[in-house]
Amino acid sequence: MTRYASVIGLLAGLLALALPTACRAGDGRLLATGGVTEVEGSAGGGLVPWAVLAGYGTRDQMGVTAFRTRLDLPDYRLDAWGAAFTWHNRVELSVARDRFDLGTLGRAIGLPGAALRQDVFGAKLRLAGDLVYGPWPQLTLGVQRKRLLDFTIPRLVGARRDRGTDVYLAASQLLLGAADGYNLLWNLTLRSTAANQFGLLGFGGDRGGRQLVGEGSLAVLLDPHLAVGTEYRQKPDHLSFAHESHASDLFVAWFPDKHVSLTVAYVSLGPVAGLRDQRGWYLSLQGSL
Amino acid sequence: MRRLACLASALLLAACATAPGRAPTLYEQLGGRDGIAAITDRLLDAFAGDPLVAPAFRHVDIRRYRINFTDYLCQIADGPCHYTGDSMAEVHRGMHIDEAAFNAVVQDLITAMDRQHVPVRVQNRLLARLAPERKDIIYR
Repeated sequence: MTRYASVIGLLAGLLALALPTACRAGDGRLLATGGVTEVEGSAGGGLVPWAVLAGYGTRDQMGVTAFRTRLDLPDYRLDAWGAAFTWHNRVELSVARDRFDLGTLGRAIGLPGAALRQDVFGAKLRLAGDLVYGPWPQLTLGVQRKRLLDFTIPRLVGARRDRGTDVYLAASQLLLGAADGYNLLWNLTLRSTAANQFGLLGFGGDRGGRQLVGEGSLAVLLDPHLAVGTEYRQKPDHLSFAHESHASDLFVAWFPDKHVSLTVAYVSLGPVAGLRDQRGWYLSLQGSL
Repeated sequence: MRRLACLASALLLAACATAPGRAPTLYEQLGGRDGIAAITDRLLDAFAGDPLVAPAFRHVDIRRYRINFTDYLCQIADGPCHYTGDSMAEVHRGMHIDEAAFNAVVQDLITAMDRQHVPVRVQNRLLARLAPERKDIIYR
């Protein structure tokens, strides 16, 4: 409960920080260049944090976004929501809550309605480059501090810790006209993590702790408002009791204007906590000031 | 063996014969000088209604700008024109154009090309050629 309160407090703090600047929140960057929000609350695709920073503020402006995501899987359901604040297109701060409804597993262990919840506090620093302009990709260093609120089940399946920190380096670039005349966006992310299933099954296990994983995204903009693409995310496989493989998706993201975006994706998480082939539809709504 | 060589050369010839003609230049794809002049007109309309851009044009000779900018786009699109104006760096010196104003101009150009029914892929080709000029235009 106190943890919950601290998240509310942090969200409120972020809002308090953001609201006075909201009147100065800018939309000077080009449409879609803030990406959408990934499940851990950082600006990116749906599964992978990108080098872009949340919102549309330029180096002279602020950016604020909020998101709500749902992923329906055969045996589980993931809900995520949160907010991000970007200062001068240089630093992004984000907070997100993931709630993983245990569905089938919950009923099987006599805990219908049980869920695993985690909070993710994120920070990003744009090191160099610009997504659209210049010969080099935009380079960003990011960190995600994760705190699992429900550790009983992750501990039972062999997780070592209920909190962990991911550190990642992301490179993203929009190449004008590179895909047979259409704009092409590529992203590569290298992450150091000990998280099992994004952290929802805790951190570390009998088969190891921290490791480096690779993530990537490729998208084509059919016009300035519409992107279609795919993502891939390696995950550690540290629990012999709950084998884990990579995650991937195919997505369509629609940006009617700079205030709202809607993403629909078909996501595969692989096996999760002993239940095979978890794939299903993902829907995400993002609002920007 | 000789028959194989014959077949190979016949196939090669056929491939040459069916190869499409020369790809159109960007200038042609934009509708030639008339098309580019029409884009410029629509761009000036968009500028006039854009609060981030309009003030910068308060003391600009629009007739001269229209001719110069059409020449500039024409030349950058490999058309038979010669841009005689100053370099981008000289034109924008002291104007203190920030990133937001620059992107507003990009957005206005996209709007102008949309209104002129320029296909997205052709728009992207032109934008890709203009993008390297940004460093000579902003924060000067």
